Amino acid sequence: MRISFRSLLLSTALFAGAAHAQLSVEIIGAGANRIPVSVADFPGERIVSQALTSVIRTDLDRSGLFRMIDAGGNAIPENAGIAYGDWKSRGADALAVGQVIPTADGRFETRFRLYDIQKQAQLGSGALSHSSSQLRSTGHRIADFIYEKLTGEPGVFSTRIAYVVKSVGRFELQIADADGGNAQTAFASAEPIISPTWAPDGNRIAYVSFQTKKPVVYVHDLAAGRRHVAANFKGSNSAPAWSPDGRRLAVVLTKDGSSQLYVVNADGSGVTRLASSAGIDTEPHFSPDGNYIYFTSDRGGSPQVYRIPSSGGDAQRVTFEGNYNTSPRLSPDGKSMAYISRNSGRFQLAVMDLNSKQTQILTDSSKDESPSFAPNGRMILYATEIGGRGVLAAVSSDGRVKLRLPSAAGDVREPAWGPFAK
Amino acid sequence: MRRLLAILTLSLLAACSSQPPAPEQDASGVESRNGRDVLNPVDNGGMYNPARLKDPKSQLSKREIFFDLDSYAIRAEFKPLLEQHAKFLQANAKYKMLIQGNADERGSREYNLALGQKRAEAVKKALQLLGANEAQVEAVSLGKEKPRCMEATEECWAQNRRADILYTGEF
Repeated sequence: MRISFRSLLLSTALFAGAAHAQLSVEIIGAGANRIPVSVADFPGERIVSQALTSVIRTDLDRSGLFRMIDAGGNAIPENAGIAYGDWKSRGADALAVGQVIPTADGRFETRFRLYDIQKQAQLGSGALSHSSSQLRSTGHRIADFIYEKLTGEPGVFSTRIAYVVKSVGRFELQIADADGGNAQTAFASAEPIISPTWAPDGNRIAYVSFQTKKPVVYVHDLAAGRRHVAANFKGSNSAPAWSPDGRRLAVVLTKDGSSQLYVVNADGSGVTRLASSAGIDTEPHFSPDGNYIYFTSDRGGSPQVYRIPSSGGDAQRVTFEGNYNTSPRLSPDGKSMAYISRNSGRFQLAVMDLNSKQTQILTDSSKDESPSFAPNGRMILYATEIGGRGVLAAVSSDGRVKLRLPSAAGDVREPAWGPFAK
Repeated sequence: MRRLLAILTLSLLAACSSQPPAPEQDASGVESRNGRDVLNPVDNGGMYNPARLKDPKSQLSKREIFFDLDSYAIRAEFKPLLEQHAKFLQANAKYKMLIQGNADERGSREYNLALGQKRAEAVKKALQLLGANEAQVEAVSLGKEKPRCMEATEECWAQNRRADILYTGEF
């Protein structure tokens, strides 16, 4: 029986959803401090509530920050009194309870509360109105709520990721939820697609397409499903990077004879040269405050990371260890930088504290590429190769939580983590 | 017979002039702008007739230039080939050339795109030195995105350290 690639992809979540227990979350590091939390079954509309609690539990589990405590299969009404002693003896520090109530015209109201078992107090509560087709997004929002209450950081369960899937004769730019669910194809082509990058407003993605037999930079409006050319000068056009205000793109153009850095308006107008070197300058990336552009250059003889004021000026070298450091990406708080470092022939994800200049290799693999920070700065998504196939993986910025993301057919590469929903 | 040929030529020319400008789709087709009568079946067209681009006996059908590891120098063995391509461009002013540079598969995609570009630029510069007009030549890169082979072997990496020449109608 022939199965079309599209139906295979749509019918099989790219990453393991709740139904496919193929996900493997490795928590490493001695004394990894995970918060023990329990999510009780929610009484109410049974099928809906089971799907909801499954999303919440999987989200919290996959973050690597929580140890999920079994709630024992009891559905606890959202307004019930809490037997704190029972939960304490189960080992839970926190407990989430809720209820799914059908409302008029086929919708639901899901109410939820979070309790601190140690303090024997309520940490917070909420209510969300939704349709049955919004189960996953509602589950993600509740997981975000729990995550934020317990860690003090915003959760990223409601964010999206973009990536490229390569199969025989076909390349697709796909957008999925952060857990890999709901994958949609934004654009498909017989020629390669590389370097997707989200605009800060989450409404547009810039990328490079080779449809015209040369690299050209496009900006794709996701809601409208339309795109325009941002850079198609003579020669190659690539490596788009959004300014924090979403108005401009740093790009790499070869129109003046070699790969050099330029800045262009997002609509493609007004190109200006940013820097000049005798070598290759590429992979520009704005700092979150917009003051600097970090980039890769081999002007010193081997590829290293440099930075230059975004208004132009002198470049400063940033990486000094080893003879191959590329692909700089700053964390959302601007304090650290993820990059790819080659050591003994292995390309590995590394992170540098920009204040202390201390570096740390985060992976044990050898073909890492394209690091991308989650918008809360905690996890770094990247592409790597396992068993000869391109897959996505994620690692926490301190290296302690590692996530492997098994995928369906094809090679997956070029991940880009989208911003918080506005 | 000659009168029939003349009529056919004239009607083809008329058809050409009423068409909007478009890239040549068939390199061995109408090229009457050079003044040569390509409908003449006896004329082999000369060394730089567009038909030579697909003629296995002509150097012009050879389109690959290979590079050594970490080098962007054009090896001596490719100089005669590039001479022929430069002369073709001079003889066919309406033809455009696209040079696509490639890189082996190790490392950052964008950095490899830039390495492939260096190979394409090296070929373009060599052609210019041999008399080709810069306006007819565009150097671009495919980086490591369209490798000819996928093995992690020196043989495969050598295959991918390559620039390819394409002409109008082929891109």
